[in-house]
Formats: sequence, structure tokens, C-alpha cells
Amino acid sequence: MMKPRREGSPWRGLWAVVAKEMADHLTSVRMGILEVIVLLTAAVTLYMALQNLRSGSDQFLFLRLFTTAQDPLPAFVGFLGFLVPLIAIALGFDSINGEFNRRTLSRILAQPIYRDALLLGKFLAGLFTLALVLTAIWLMIIGLGIFRLGVPPTGEEVARGLLFLVATIAYGGIWLGLAMVFSVRFRQPATAALAAIATWLFFTVFWGMLVGLVAQGLAKGVLNQIQLELFLARLSPNTLYAEAVLAFLNPAVRAFGPLVPLQLIQLQWAVPTPLPLSQSLALVWPQLTGLIAGTIVLFAIGYVLFQRQEIRA
Amino acid sequence: MNEIIIETQNLTKRYGDVLAVDNLNLKVSAGEVFGVLGPNGSGKTTTILMLLGLTEPTAGWARVLGFDPMRQPLEVKSRVGYLPDQVGFYDELTARENLSYTAKLNGLSRPVAQRRINDALERMGLADVADRRVGTFSRGMRQRLGVAEILLKHPQVIILDEPTLGLDPEAAREFLQIIRALKEEKITVLLSSHLLHQVQAVCDRVGLFSQGKMVLEGTVVELARQVLGGAYRLQLRAIGPDLSEALRKIPGAVSVTMLDSNFYQVEAQEDLRAEVARVAVQAGAKLLSLGLEEPSLDEVYQRYFQGGVKSV
Repeated sequence: MMKPRREGSPWRGLWAVVAKEMADHLTSVRMGILEVIVLLTAAVTLYMALQNLRSGSDQFLFLRLFTTAQDPLPAFVGFLGFLVPLIAIALGFDSINGEFNRRTLSRILAQPIYRDALLLGKFLAGLFTLALVLTAIWLMIIGLGIFRLGVPPTGEEVARGLLFLVATIAYGGIWLGLAMVFSVRFRQPATAALAAIATWLFFTVFWGMLVGLVAQGLAKGVLNQIQLELFLARLSPNTLYAEAVLAFLNPAVRAFGPLVPLQLIQLQWAVPTPLPLSQSLALVWPQLTGLIAGTIVLFAIGYVLFQRQEIRA
Repeated sequence: MNEIIIETQNLTKRYGDVLAVDNLNLKVSAGEVFGVLGPNGSGKTTTILMLLGLTEPTAGWARVLGFDPMRQPLEVKSRVGYLPDQVGFYDELTARENLSYTAKLNGLSRPVAQRRINDALERMGLADVADRRVGTFSRGMRQRLGVAEILLKHPQVIILDEPTLGLDPEAAREFLQIIRALKEEKITVLLSSHLLHQVQAVCDRVGLFSQGKMVLEGTVVELARQVLGGAYRLQLRAIGPDLSEALRKIPGAVSVTMLDSNFYQVEAQEDLRAEVARVAVQAGAKLLSLGLEEPSLDEVYQRYFQGGVKSV
């Protein structure tokens, strides 16, 4: 049987959904708690960074605001590595199954919109909320930096900072996409949240170990083993994000490879001649597109699952 | 015959091995209140979802207001109001905010939406609680809010799925009043329910669903005639000789049963009260009472499903 062609725009009602969902996010207690945590983290790490930084010596002083750590606390970017997934998962884990359980799904889909608009609207609302929170924090850090350091950031610092922001939002997009896939797949929001957090834990804690073991088992020769390890490690969004952040915030980073440890903590060491922005961008272009592609792929999976889902149990 | 508003042709939906809807042919005319009756799992809700384009038929087709719900679901859904069974709203939003979201999804401009929302809330008696969170609403209030949502679309067709389920008798009665008012406005209504006396009270025609098939269709009287044999049931109390034989001979009488001594029940295809009275008196009996019992859908339903699925 030939598949019937649908008439009418699949995006009708999209912005109504985005506006409603964003208003929900921004007024929810859940987001309030997360905002407080992020704000607290930013304030504490910024304070620590400012203690260590005094104007003059460094060419990229403002970028150091994000990356300077002082024991026992990691730098702001280190915190973002797990705060962003947490926020993204919190924004997405009950988006579809929540509608289902409140019995609003069939009522909303009985309005003249396609499912496409509902799912994309919810996704965009989550992404915009995330972007809004991160941008606000970003501006706050830069602003306080100007205030305390007494010098304005250079154009390149702003550009690098913005690219770092974009990478962070894309990284959030992946976890939001994943949380939404689980919210379509699992009827219970708690199950979806747990599945998303388990996936995140898996990549954060176990993936590194697993990669080492697998590479050791499969590789022929040392160089091959390192290459394989790097390839496998990059299947994790955490690695992609870490590398992207490293390249944007530390202009001294010239390559990722066997020589570069993948931890963010190592941002301190510096090679005298920094890379121009275009070269840093070229260096992590694959990582950045990888993050965005991952987001799109996860959204597509959620989309297919949602289109096939029956409205009633 | 009026214009056909809802039509299906061999509409079929299969979930795995289960045939939820089996070659359904349905026609509902303009301005009609059509009742879809049947036990749970007989395919009522699946049929409704297919009419709205919310689930894909396995075979066959449907037309609503001349549109194909599979290809033109937006056209269908902007003209059809649907109240799902156990309708849900966003508890943390007020009644007005909930409706305003629906209005936006329908692409209504702000002034139009505001006017229609006010009208709809007013009409459903929710004007006083319009700015209260829906979380505080009772089941009956939610149901009325559901109708308010439908009204703000100014629909040509309204589909109600088990609308009175879980309502207390007073709220259910009010709800039937609302349906009658919609009928006055010449809106076509498709109503699914398993509460028979309610369907009987408001529906022009009824379709009886069983295992995905519409096994019976027609007015309540027609159904009663098909299933019960006689659509009219007379009860007669008369002291005197046994009247069974005499009553049975009346043309139009289908069966005569003696329920008690001196108490007879006559099933007939028409109202035979005059004849029955005459026969009783002629036979020399003392007529104490004679009553006509309206055919009840309850009985049709019970008799039909008790007898198992038989072909009618």
C-alpha cells in the first residue's frame, strides 16, 4: 500500500509549543534548583580563579576565568562537564511520558498540529532554556571578570568564549536528545531519568576503562593501540566536549593525540606560542560537528519512536 | 437524507494478532447524535482515533467532513472537537491558561481567542474559577473544561469518548444537558459510552460494537425490535380467566409471558395498549392496570451479549 502523503505544515503550532514549554521550564521548581546550583558553582569557581589570577602576565586572562582550578575544587569547565548533562536530562526526561501520564497527550494531538511540532517544540524549548541559563552565567563570569581584573576582554577572547558556549550548548543538546528518547521509550518518567543518568555515568566512569581494555585486546602494536583508544574514547560525548573546550579555552593546544592527556585539569601547561583562533577551530571542527551531529541523530531516533507510538496504551 | 459528515469504508485496525476494528462501515449524517456503544475493548476508541488521524488504519478508509484523516489530519482536527476519555489538563496552569494554549495551537489570534475563551468558560459555568489552577478542579469541572476547550474551536463535529465516565449522577445529568444543547446548534456529535441509559437519552442513532465490528445499528426502537423481537413491552394486571391465549392472538403481539398469576407481559411491535385492554375486557377479566414500558437499550445490550455473538 502506498504511504499517504500528509498535507499541511508539520511545523504548525511549533512556536506555541516552544513558548508554553519554555514558560514551564523557567517557572518550574526543578529549574530553579538547578539554576541555584549552577550559579553557586560559577560564583565559587570564579572567586577561586580570581584569587589566582592577577592581571598582566597572561595573554588570555579571561579564558583562564573558566579554566583555573584550585584544590580541592575543579575549574568551572570541570563542573560544567557534569552540570550540563544534569540540567539537560532534567529538562527532557519527562517531556513525552509526562504528557502521557497527565493524559494531556491525546488532547494536545487532537489540536490541528502534527506530532513533529510537539516533539521539536519541546526539544527546542529545552535547548533554549539551557542556552539561556548558560549564556546568563557566561555573561556573569565575563562581567565580573571585567569588574575585578580591570581590563576588557580582547576580541579573540570573546570569540573563543562564545565558541566554548556553543560547544557547551551542543553538548547539552546530546543529553537533552537522549533524555527525550528515553521519555518517548519509557512510560515512567523515573525510569527515563534513571536510564539517562545511567548512560551518563557509563560514559563518565566506565567508558574510559572499557576503552583501555578493548584497545589493549584488539590492537596490534603500541601506536595502533593508542589510535584505537583515541577513536573509541571519542565515541563518548564527554571526550568530544572535553577536547572542544580544551582547544577553545587553551590556545596553546595544538593537537590531540597520543601526547595530549584528555583531562581538562591539565589546561595549565602552556606552550609559548598560542594558536590563532581559526586554527583552534579547525582543530576541533570534527569534535564540534560530532556533538551537533550526535544531537541531531538522537533527536531523529526520538522522532521515529514518537511517530510510531500509539497514543493509547 | 442529510449530508454525510462521518463515513468509513471497511475501516480496519490490527494490533499484532488482535483485530481491534474489523471492516467498519459507518455513516453519520449532519446534525445527528450518534452513539457508539460497546464493552471495553470493542474498538470504540480505536475507531475514534482513526477518525482523527491519530492512529493509522491497517486497511480501509475514513472521511470526516469530506477530509481524509490520514492525509489531511490538520483539516480534520481544526474542525472536529475531541474530548478523550479521562481528559487531562496541565494542573499547574489555570483553566484560562490551559485554554489559551489550545487556542494558540489552533492558530486563533489573541483577541478572538480571548473572546472565545471567555464565552466558553461562561457557558460551561467555569467563569468564576477561570483563574484557578486546574489541579484544584473536580472531575466534573475538568470534564466541563474539556467541553469548553472544544467549544472554543467552534467545531462542526464533536467526538466524545466516554464523557460521563466517573462523573457523579448529577454531573452526568448536567453533561447530557450539554450534549442536548450542542445538538440544538446542529453540531454533529459522536458519543462513545457504555452507559446505556445515557446514550439512549441523547442519541438519535446507536451503533453497537462488539469485537471490532458494528454488529447492530439504528435507532433504539429499531435495535429493540431486532434483538428483543418486540420493541414495545406491555404489562397487564387483570383478575379473571387466563388471558395468555387471547393476548397471543392479537395481531402484532410477538410473545406473551405470564409473570405472576394475573400478571402478563406482552411484547409487541407496536403500541397495542388499546387492543390488549379490549381483549382483556371481552374475555371477562377485571383490568387493574396496563402499562407500556419503553424499550431499553440496557436490555438490548444485555440480551445481545448474553446470547453471545449471533448474526442478526
